[in-house]
Amino acid sequence: MSKAILVDTTKCIGCGACATACKIVNDLPLHDSEANKQRPAKSCGADELVTFAQSHGEVGGKLSADTLNVLQTYGSVFVRKFCMHCQDPTCASVCPVGALRKTAAGPVIYDADRCMGCRYCMMACPFGIPRYEWKSALPKVEKCILCAPRLAKGLQPACTEACPAQASIFGEREELLREAEKRLRENSTGYVQHIFGQQEVGGTSVLYLSAVPFEQLGFPSNLPHDALPTYTYRVLSKIPNLVMLGGALLGGIWWITNRREEVARAEKTEKRDSKLETGKSKLET
Amino acid sequence: MNGSKLPKITFWRALLVVILAAGFYSTVLRFVKGLGASTNLSDQFPWGLWIGFDVLCGVGLAAGGFTLAAIVYVFHLDRFHAVLRPSILTAFLGYGLVAVALLFDLGRPYRIWHPLVMWNPHSVMFEVAWCVMLYLTVLALEFSPAVFERFRLHGPLRLIHSVTIPLVIAGVLLSTLHQSSLGSLFLIVPEKLHPYWYSPLLPVFFFISAVGVGLAMVIFESNLSARAFGREIELPLLAVLGKGMAVVLMLYGILRFQDLVARHALVHLREASTETLLFVLEIVVGLFLPMVMLFIRRVRENREGLFAAAVLVITGFLLNRLNVSISGLEFSAHAHYFPRWTELAVTLSIVGMGFLLFSLGVRYFNVFEVHAPSAEPVVARASRP
Ligand code: SF4
Ligand code: SF4
Ligand code: SF4
Repeated sequence: MSKAILVDTTKCIGCGACATACKIVNDLPLHDSEANKQRPAKSCGADELVTFAQSHGEVGGKLSADTLNVLQTYGSVFVRKFCMHCQDPTCASVCPVGALRKTAAGPVIYDADRCMGCRYCMMACPFGIPRYEWKSALPKVEKCILCAPRLAKGLQPACTEACPAQASIFGEREELLREAEKRLRENSTGYVQHIFGQQEVGGTSVLYLSAVPFEQLGFPSNLPHDALPTYTYRVLSKIPNLVMLGGALLGGIWWITNRREEVARAEKTEKRDSKLETGKSKLET
Repeated sequence: MNGSKLPKITFWRALLVVILAAGFYSTVLRFVKGLGASTNLSDQFPWGLWIGFDVLCGVGLAAGGFTLAAIVYVFHLDRFHAVLRPSILTAFLGYGLVAVALLFDLGRPYRIWHPLVMWNPHSVMFEVAWCVMLYLTVLALEFSPAVFERFRLHGPLRLIHSVTIPLVIAGVLLSTLHQSSLGSLFLIVPEKLHPYWYSPLLPVFFFISAVGVGLAMVIFESNLSARAFGREIELPLLAVLGKGMAVVLMLYGILRFQDLVARHALVHLREASTETLLFVLEIVVGLFLPMVMLFIRRVRENREGLFAAAVLVITGFLLNRLNVSISGLEFSAHAHYFPRWTELAVTLSIVGMGFLLFSLGVRYFNVFEVHAPSAEPVVARASRP
């Protein structure tokens, strides 16, 4: 069973507590330097975290190496953006050293000690999520890891913990899907009848509901329902065959052309010999 | 002859010094301050000039090595032996410099060996990394006879000659794999790459165009070496390569257009966009013009004509790789990328190093073995069963 987050944008009040909570537990600087001075420690208790996050919400900005979750505004709608924790993550499939990995529990996690910084994950992610520490001489990739360490301790992610409006809720993916379907059913006019993340690129562990079309909230609308890694795997899986057939073909061509040349060479020497002989016999006569 | 050439050489040398100095500054900046300070890369544009040009174009331009090795050893067209060694040397230097460029581009270059021990066979990049590493080894071995000859090491020379054929076949296979896989790298971004360039056939296109540009590079280099080192250019030979190039271009053109039509990508031609301009430029410069030129016998068998066609093919190839890796992604990234001068300085320095090393190689080893007797035993011994 794997965990997920359901974000119902119709319920979000735009407080920005999720963004702040995220920064506290990930030890990242807040935009507001005053708030930054009063911030609780990374390991603070739930109450302290929630109180601080709700009173110092951060709204706006962009995802960056310092911001793994942002609350953006599209017209009058608030949408939080962070890693979608794809079921079959593109980022993990492209990473040459396996630094990114989907865990059974749900989070897509990152092992900084493996990463060599090729940034193919950033290139490939269909949601444009991973960020790089461009300013550092020894940079890392940064993205939300669904609070995997907290999950391991039986806690929920900091952002859902902090949300005062239940706009972001945490749970089993299957259960959240059922919940989302129920909401769509019960309010057929208030929602776009689509659960973003149910099928996009093979499904994600972050699901969204919205009252306006998802394109208007900055979500890509041209995503296939196939997991993107299948696109490359189709080609990669042909390689062993290609190597064998190619090797046989090239070897065969070499063998044939080589024969022909040997024959040609043999013929040439024969001709020369016979010429010599006829020459000799002419001389003799 | 030397007297008249001297000023030209000093100009090129001066230019090289300026470039290398700028490159040195940029290198220090890159490794002390990081990628942010030394490049225009961003979260929207994680790959720039160093990947798009140094790696993608570099690997493609070095494709002459495996193409000619196949022509000479596998297809037994022995008369091309004269242009084989320069191509192998170019390929070896080319791949070496690609590795150097990667050291600049990787965020943590000292971990470049990680793919050796940390495997992810589902990653195209993993496959490319392995192929390039192995092929670099193959190229070193393929060039090693020149080194052994120079130091009169007869034992190793005999040894390497006895494995020439398996080595060449391995090289051709490895090249086929990674040349095409550089295209496969972009299969994973169907929603980000402009329809002019995204295609499920990207690996095929990358492979065919690499063969084409490999031949163009042989012509291009032969011409330059003829000027720089006073070598007679093997024109009839090169004209045949020109013929081959024309056929490759035609094949590429047919496949590419079939694919564009099948994916309804040509409707975008109605839009007056940067992408349209770049696409048309790429097709006209890199495909139509040189193809027509090469089909005309008078042009093909004329030194300047052939050279011009080769230059066009190379230009079109560069455009194509940069379009796939940079320009074709701009619309979806909602961002614009143009390299910082420090990125350009590093790239130019790497190219400059390439020229420098090539001329050193030519000076110290028997690279242009046009009528050298050493060419004979290689073929003779290798072809013995
Ligand atoms: S959203 Fe992007 S970074 Fe997150 S799991 Fe999916 S592919 Fe990876
Ligand atoms: S940047 Fe790091 S995590 Fe991303 S694909 Fe490259 S090695 Fe993997
Ligand atoms: S904490 Fe909840 S209500 Fe507040 S911004 Fe985040 S998702 Fe919206």
